[in-house]
Amino acid sequence: MSSTRQLLTGNEAIARGAYEAGVTVCSAYPGTPSTEIFENLAQYKDFLYAEWAPNEKVATEVAYGACIANARSLTAMKHVGLNVAADLVFTAAYNGVGAGFVIVTADDPDMHSSQNEQDNRRYAQFAKIPLIEPSDSQECKDFMKEAYDISERFDIPVLFRVTTRVSHSKSLVTLGEREEQTPARYARNIPKFVCTPAFARKHRPELEEKLKALEAYANTSPLNSMELNGGKVGVISASIAYQYAKEVFPADTSFLKLGFTWPLPMDLIRTFASKVETLYVVEELEPFMEEQLKAAGISCIGKQVIPPMYELNPEIVRRGVFGTEPNVAKLELDMVARPPALCPGCPHRGFFYVLSKRKDFVITGDIGCYTLGYAAPLSAMDTCACMGGGFSLGMGMAKAFAQQGVTDKKIFGVVGDSTFFHSGLTGAVEILYNKGNMIPCVLDNSITGMTGHQDNPGTGFTLDGEIANKIAIEDVLKSFGFENVIICDPQDLKAMQKAVDDALASTVPAAIIVRRPCVLIKRIKHDVGKCTVDRDKCRSCKICLKVACPALHMKDGKTEIDQTLCVGCKVCAQACPFGAISRIGEQKGE
Amino acid sequence: MTTTNGKSILICGVGGQGTILMSKTLTAGLVAAGYDVKMSEVHGMAQRGGSVSTQVRYGEKVYSPIIGRGEADVLVAFEKLEGARYSELLKPGGTALINDYEVFPLPVSSGAAEYPQNIYDEMKKAFDLRVIPASTIAKSLGNIRCTNIVLLGALVRAFSLEYIDWNAALTASVPPKVLEMNIKAFEAGYQFQG
Repeated sequence: MSSTRQLLTGNEAIARGAYEAGVTVCSAYPGTPSTEIFENLAQYKDFLYAEWAPNEKVATEVAYGACIANARSLTAMKHVGLNVAADLVFTAAYNGVGAGFVIVTADDPDMHSSQNEQDNRRYAQFAKIPLIEPSDSQECKDFMKEAYDISERFDIPVLFRVTTRVSHSKSLVTLGEREEQTPARYARNIPKFVCTPAFARKHRPELEEKLKALEAYANTSPLNSMELNGGKVGVISASIAYQYAKEVFPADTSFLKLGFTWPLPMDLIRTFASKVETLYVVEELEPFMEEQLKAAGISCIGKQVIPPMYELNPEIVRRGVFGTEPNVAKLELDMVARPPALCPGCPHRGFFYVLSKRKDFVITGDIGCYTLGYAAPLSAMDTCACMGGGFSLGMGMAKAFAQQGVTDKKIFGVVGDSTFFHSGLTGAVEILYNKGNMIPCVLDNSITGMTGHQDNPGTGFTLDGEIANKIAIEDVLKSFGFENVIICDPQDLKAMQKAVDDALASTVPAAIIVRRPCVLIKRIKHDVGKCTVDRDKCRSCKICLKVACPALHMKDGKTEIDQTLCVGCKVCAQACPFGAISRIGEQKGE
Repeated sequence: MTTTNGKSILICGVGGQGTILMSKTLTAGLVAAGYDVKMSEVHGMAQRGGSVSTQVRYGEKVYSPIIGRGEADVLVAFEKLEGARYSELLKPGGTALINDYEVFPLPVSSGAAEYPQNIYDEMKKAFDLRVIPASTIAKSLGNIRCTNIVLLGALVRAFSLEYIDWNAALTASVPPKVLEMNIKAFEAGYQFQG
């Protein structure tokens, strides 16, 4: 094995590609499946600056600002993150760049970890910026370098789209060397970077000219290539769908493999189409390429056989094109789902357990581990839609209830610490400014949890583990005007209950901060132990099971606690009305 | 069909059981042996006790990083119920290597559902079922965390992968201070006779 050939995920390879391309400024907000790109940039910190920004909009602005200062720059986000960042992207397309600027969007077909499966190829067309799509890790690395060249050559931001399978699958990569860039000295350029209407009108036709030049480039780009193997069947494909199509179609099938997918290389496509009798377009999600082919009068078979939603795989492509079914063994089993659950010792459990007991509470939730507060038996959530919605959706409900004369509902808006800095600040301002009849709650577990433990402005650390300015959520809320900020430990159920009661009784604007670090944070010494059940005291009432802890189950009619899972948080012990659960004090041996 | 010579291994379990270290070691061995290798994992919710799987494909040239239903040659399950869940990806007659270990999902522990009792009976009908008490073996070696490497040893035997240098693969993927324990775990898994 060559020492430079490594098995890398697409995300590791994108980070490597940015390093090799001489990128120097990188800013992102974590989001599955994009997160590991920036976690992997940390290893190149002697060569480049990489940070976690409070949200995707800020990250994209930071990266764009850096490119205006002639530094090659990078931002990366999950697909829905681009919705947050879109404001800048559409205008950056008009203004163009200083040095190369690449925006990575990691889409999530099948919604493995997402709230929708929007196809962000549409953003390239919508914002009028070129689109690059790698299909494996080697391409992730190599295409990054090409993306920076394209960005600089055509003076335009580049959208670099991957999907969960490209980001999270590993394949072999031959590494290259870093190519340091020599940045031009910055000089003010008002017509280029000040987007007044007068300048924007001037940029508008220039952008159309750039797109024409990009289409001409696409026809000869090394990212697009024909594999001519026979004249009967041809396949046009890109991204991971190409790998599935290669797996499924016979060896005499010709391929037009596209890595540069917008503007589409229409001349190249026409040439390819003329060489085959039947043309398929195999693409995941939307008929993005197919529609453009059909609009150009090129006949092809696409979504009539390839599903327009969820992930593809070789089996689905094979069924669609050839009608073949796999040979699958059928088991006669009553399968049970294994949904994700709040971990044993999760600080969110106490909060949701206390709120779950009141049927008159309306709980507007948000995106994070704490979304799992919705799951039975807690079932303590009314909404979860987008980052920051935990506060603002609750505000809308409060106003609607007021209009309807509904007075028997109490609204709790819930966001996590990272989400608070991402999009909760403006919602908190809204609640105060427009006199919201609701209680904003920040579940501060001192980490960005669901994406796998990234730092944020409230943790006191930066992306590469350096000490940072730690922004106290209570100071922020108090400075806004929440006069009664109640801070409590959610694993003390009495204190948690009192915080809720006090907030409801408050005559001045109140907010709750529920604070305890995630039990999985490695740099903190947690007070861990084990809880056990006294079988004589247990009356089999199952109230303890209502805390929804994976460590608890019934055995021979009584509660039993799995000693390999329990960390001794005692939430179940406090829930037990008969004192049957107690903690044995020893520290958990690691 | 371009990867007819290729093999597919499916590894599944519950988040936190160590499936990732096993697949890392497995792929290190396969890459060193000169194969083209692709591997796919789904992250995100994995730390929250959800169902997790890793798909490994190797051969002369591999295109798809994921395995279709009925396509895996071997299934390695760290947990019984997960073995049953992912068995639709295993080809009929394929080898199912199951850790004899149960982790109750929340619907079971909260009393809303029953843990199926007939998993082995059903799997026996369709597959070459091999049950190994890998977690018990790992515990007896001093740490339940090396369940993954016990299972790797068992996989190497079940799938005749002895021609690969697994000591080198282990050295490349586990921290030096636990290397010796993991080499023992590998041996114990390899030697286990069900």
